[in-house]
Amino acid sequence: MGKFKNHILVCLGTGCRASQSEEIIRNFKTALEENDLENDVQIVGTGCFGFCEKGPVIKMVPDNTFYVLVNPEDANEIVLEHIVKGRKVERLLYVDPETKKHVSDSKHMGFYKKQIRIALRNCGFINPENIDEYIARDGYAALGSVISEMTPQEAINVVKDSELRGRGGGGFPTGLKWELTKKSNSDQKYVVCNADEGDPGAFMDRSILEGDPHSVLEAMAICGYCIGANVGVIYIRAEYPLAIQRLKIAIQQARDYGLLGNEILGSKFNFDIEIRYGAGAFVCGEETALIHSMEGLRGEPTVKPPFPAVSGYKGKPTNVNNVETFANIPPIFLKGSSWFKTIGNEKSKGTKVFALAGKVNNVGLIEVPMGTTLREVIFDIGGGIKDGKKFKAVQTGGPSGGCLTEKHLDTPIDYDNLIASGSMMGSGGMVVLDEDDCMVDVARFYLDFTVEESCGKCAPCRIGNKRMNEMLEKITMGKGEEDDIIRLKNLANVIKDTSLCGLGQTSPNPVLSTMDNFMHEYVAHVHDKKCPAKQCKALMQYSIDPNKCVGCTLCSRVCPVDAISGERKEPHKINAALCIKCGACMEKCKFGAISLS
Amino acid sequence: MAKVKTLADLRKMSEDLKTKIQLREKGDNPESMIQLKVSMATCGIASGAKEVMDFFIEELDKQNIDAVVTQTGCMGYCFAEPTIEITLPGQDPIVYGFVNELKAKEIIEKYVKNGEMVEGIIPTNYQTPDNQ
Repeated sequence: MGKFKNHILVCLGTGCRASQSEEIIRNFKTALEENDLENDVQIVGTGCFGFCEKGPVIKMVPDNTFYVLVNPEDANEIVLEHIVKGRKVERLLYVDPETKKHVSDSKHMGFYKKQIRIALRNCGFINPENIDEYIARDGYAALGSVISEMTPQEAINVVKDSELRGRGGGGFPTGLKWELTKKSNSDQKYVVCNADEGDPGAFMDRSILEGDPHSVLEAMAICGYCIGANVGVIYIRAEYPLAIQRLKIAIQQARDYGLLGNEILGSKFNFDIEIRYGAGAFVCGEETALIHSMEGLRGEPTVKPPFPAVSGYKGKPTNVNNVETFANIPPIFLKGSSWFKTIGNEKSKGTKVFALAGKVNNVGLIEVPMGTTLREVIFDIGGGIKDGKKFKAVQTGGPSGGCLTEKHLDTPIDYDNLIASGSMMGSGGMVVLDEDDCMVDVARFYLDFTVEESCGKCAPCRIGNKRMNEMLEKITMGKGEEDDIIRLKNLANVIKDTSLCGLGQTSPNPVLSTMDNFMHEYVAHVHDKKCPAKQCKALMQYSIDPNKCVGCTLCSRVCPVDAISGERKEPHKINAALCIKCGACMEKCKFGAISLS
Repeated sequence: MAKVKTLADLRKMSEDLKTKIQLREKGDNPESMIQLKVSMATCGIASGAKEVMDFFIEELDKQNIDAVVTQTGCMGYCFAEPTIEITLPGQDPIVYGFVNELKAKEIIEKYVKNGEMVEGIIPTNYQTPDNQ
């Protein structure tokens, strides 16, 4: 059989699949067969490329042409033009928003220029359902050399030396965690992979599991060898069906190859992995709650110590790491810890994957070296704010994190700097807010989430957050009293200090950080009964400019509550007491006479 | 029955499998290797460009020379088909006309390996947006 001359990489991540990328693959196959090219061109379904904003995306190899927003109907044209005639299909190329020029090659796209991909190294490059492609990229070579050439302690030293810190948000040194679990004596130990990604807007772990499941399996086996465990468990949300399916395929393939199971690669080391499903409770991302959920108990956290490293799953020493942390492990062994340390900044080494969302041009999945500034992430990679609006803040760390503003734009992103700025790394969700977002309302949104997700075990979190939410509701409804701001702040600090687990301790962060940075918006809501961003409907007033109104009566006819009155050809009036602020009148008015203030 | 029994097995397997994704690895840094474009419009194909391209791919692979071989559209030298454009790292592209297997072999042996010019160069007389 001859060799393939071209590969077409089609993204099969959840985002692109939802935009029919499977159908694109089918159409490519038909088009290739029609042109007798099925032996010349290989079609590869891959994991997420990260550029979800313009999905479905496909990449032509070897010339690296990057096509965006591809429709299933375009497949035929791409085959006829690009493959047969060697001409690029201009209209499907990415257009640089600044220069307005077509960019044909992914290397020249601002989105990819500043990225370094370690955890995502294989996403969008290999077929995640084919172990051979992973092995071809040196897959399982790290596991092989660790179990045949290193003692567990030597291997732990490599991880310690790399200064890798937990990517789930806390930033605990991974090597140290492994060492602590190794030191606990027990007949049975466990390696747990935390894939319970629950932050709103975060999808880093999902994309890694969908795009490169073997890297996580390999790292778990390495961890098992280091700490002396022979069972690994992946705790994954049931809402991630594609990730689960690909994990199952990957586990089966690894077993068939003898890379999981007994006496791996002729050694005495046995290791196997099973999958447990979470029901999508946010608190189960906390490691003690996660372990309880795995045991079939209620997903509630318990006080640490004892740490899972001493007494975890079924009371045995358990090492819990996040998906992204594991995905960093094989490259550290392949390239060495000193290589890893060259990336990143002083206190945080390596890279971090972020899910970039909100009011930014290039929504997607990115991986940047630690120490990259927010400005680079939002403006260079993210392509700036949508519709040319003004940047206001970026929310990092999800419901446990906080807001960073203009003055933080040049702060290098790492664990410590983010905490010092009043937010946190979290698992890597990054929601960009613009001038139209009301910060009080944003705080209320995150608190809504926390109130829903609080497990209810301890009073500060269960009752305190509910009360805080009510106060915020009151403020956004325009019923806030002067004392409310102080009360809110005091309560937030109490919850922070007295809650049992990380969820409760961090739940007031969105309120505290918006208060720190945008106190004037709180004051405007409470004192002046105004919403500066014009988001809180209760505080808005529709009014008709009598000079512009010609009395056409259109507005009074669409008003669902008959709040608008006036004679024909006379200026109309809105009765504020009746108005429900639906905005129907403003939409209908042809003379721009109705305004919102 | 386990397929991979030892680390040596795994390493050998990885080497063998590398060729399957080699094309993608190369595509990641085309500037650092030899780039060869074969003009494959109707005129080129009719004069045997497909066979020449296959020959280049196989021969370069056999000799373990890192190169990216792609097809491209009509270069406009229909009188001299099959034509190829070849770019050595850091050098200007050179176009050769009337490339058959014999010529291809000569180009690999002399130009690709030793940087010696081979007869049959077509002087390029246009610019593309890429090199403006």
